[in-house]
Amino acid sequence: MTIAVTKVRVEDKLYQNRYLVDSGRPHIIVRPHDKPSANLLALTYVCPAKCYELNDKGQVEITADGCMECGTCRILCEKGGDIEWNYPRGGFGVLFKFG
Amino acid sequence: MIEQFDAIVVGAGMSGNAAAYTLASQGLKVLQLERGEYPGSKNVQGAIMYANMLEKIIPDFRDDAPLERHLVEQRLWVLDDTSHTGIHYRSDDFNEAKPNRYTIIRAQFDKWFSRKVREAGATVLCETTATELVRDGNGKVIGVRTDRAGGVVFANVVVLAEGVSGLLGTRAGLREMPKPETVALAVKEMHFLPEEVIGQRFGVKGDEGCVIEAVGTISRSMAGLGFLYTNKESISLGIGCLVSDFAATMESPSALLDAMKNHPSIRPLIAGSEVKEYAAHLIPEGGYKAIPQLFGDGWVIVGDAAQLNNAIHREGSNLAMTSGRVAAEAIIKVKSRNGPMTKANLALYKTMLDDSFVIKDLKKYKDMPALLHTNSSNFFDSYPRLMSHAAQNFMRVDGTPKIEKEKNTTAAFINARSRWGLVSDAVRLALAWR
Ligand SMILES: Cc1cc2nc3c(=O)[nH]c(=O)nc-3n(C[C@H](O)[C@H](O)[C@H](O)COP(=O)(O)OP(=O)(O)OC[C@H]3O[C@@H](n4cnc5c(N)ncnc54)[C@H](O)[C@@H]3O)c2cc1C
Ligand code: SF4
Repeated sequence: MTIAVTKVRVEDKLYQNRYLVDSGRPHIIVRPHDKPSANLLALTYVCPAKCYELNDKGQVEITADGCMECGTCRILCEKGGDIEWNYPRGGFGVLFKFG
Repeated sequence: MIEQFDAIVVGAGMSGNAAAYTLASQGLKVLQLERGEYPGSKNVQGAIMYANMLEKIIPDFRDDAPLERHLVEQRLWVLDDTSHTGIHYRSDDFNEAKPNRYTIIRAQFDKWFSRKVREAGATVLCETTATELVRDGNGKVIGVRTDRAGGVVFANVVVLAEGVSGLLGTRAGLREMPKPETVALAVKEMHFLPEEVIGQRFGVKGDEGCVIEAVGTISRSMAGLGFLYTNKESISLGIGCLVSDFAATMESPSALLDAMKNHPSIRPLIAGSEVKEYAAHLIPEGGYKAIPQLFGDGWVIVGDAAQLNNAIHREGSNLAMTSGRVAAEAIIKVKSRNGPMTKANLALYKTMLDDSFVIKDLKKYKDMPALLHTNSSNFFDSYPRLMSHAAQNFMRVDGTPKIEKEKNTTAAFINARSRWGLVSDAVRLALAWR
């Protein structure tokens, strides 16, 4: 009963989740860019699954495997053309056991 | 497959299931599409479920629905960094034969609801994403395309129950995409603990449950709300803030959740728990002013997809179920008089919904979203800190004369926000609440 709540890395949190990854068919794509827009940059912090990361060249990349399909990045970045957002094919993606 | 249905329902969440059930149980030929492996596998909720709205659809749901605890106590906490000031309401009256509110686990509840939909006679296709609305030459919606091979299906009317981040309605231009300031991002964890431990910690026995809603410095000046809901053997714990605020502050939602779990008022409640899931989902927060056009030629929109969500009372599933049922009833009425599913005929859905608590409630709070959004640092940071300061000042006995203590508290409020600021916040809050 004494385990203190400690900081857990997002990766470890996602490890608890069930996913059916559609290999080779990512459902979200970041459009090529030189310099990320403010909203795209914000996603490197704001995506709850930490799917967005900055690479060496200062561009934002996505690895959508841990995506929880919340839609936050779509709301922030689809309109401005930073990303292309789709649902994974039927049956694929995150599978909440409790939700 | 060229098969013609009376209605296609896109989505098997709360609104879609309510609509499909109501339509199918009146004998309509219904096809329901759900992109998840099973209904509920994509859905996230706190989750409090309101009995009355489900009872109107399935009167005897208590016989076999997967319900966790019925609620006898609700706490509202205002937190600063080390304290909570709270209102608790508990009543034994809630221990009634047909309880009013229950906690549920959506993945289990949605599976149950979907079984009822099938039993009522609808065809439910899971693992199927609707990708596009199909229209005829006059623009009337006549079906949907799916991601199955050759998967176009036709119907007289399409019920869009695709949830807050639905793609179909926005892509077809039936409604706008939600804006960052009209949706909240919520993150949530499921903390497992033995049933007796939950009972002891929250002071409840048997199937009784207790919920806590928390506002204050846990949202770091963003407009947000934290929650702890007791299930039978788990606690749903989460926090949600406006997407626009997240983007402006660049706060990490998962770090925010971790900090909330470490708050001295919350930590003891979940100590020793095993976390079995981490989830994220959007919540529509735009209220009345964000409701899109609800009907058109061959289509209606229900639930979160239509922004039918009462953020102030954090009610959504009941508005979703009610709008789904009402849309279905309108469709049934149009069909029973042999009317085509045109915009003019489907306007009946809007008329009926306007007459229900769904639109009446949202109208009542139409100015709240803007108020909280533009004033979040006061409502979610300054005031919580001041409240704690006032309470502590009141409770600490240290030889300071009471009159000085009172002056001190008043001065703290005025310093932080100015007399004018306090009065104007109070007036604006009262007007928005009215
Ligand atoms: C963290 C959190 C806590 C909440 N707490 C509460 C609470 O305590 N009480 C309450 O009443 N409400 C609460 N809500 C709100 C409530 O969850 C929603 O209002 C409700 O789920 C809306 O139901 P819906 O049917 O409109 O949408 P959803 O339940 O989101 O269902 C939409 C369905 O459509 C499917 N779908 C979407 N697009 C497609 C497609 N193209 N093809 C096929 N299927 C598709 C999805 O997979 C999903 O199953 C909460 C929400 C969140 C996120
Ligand atoms: S949908 Fe949500 S979880 Fe997935 S990448 Fe976008 S922000 Fe991250």
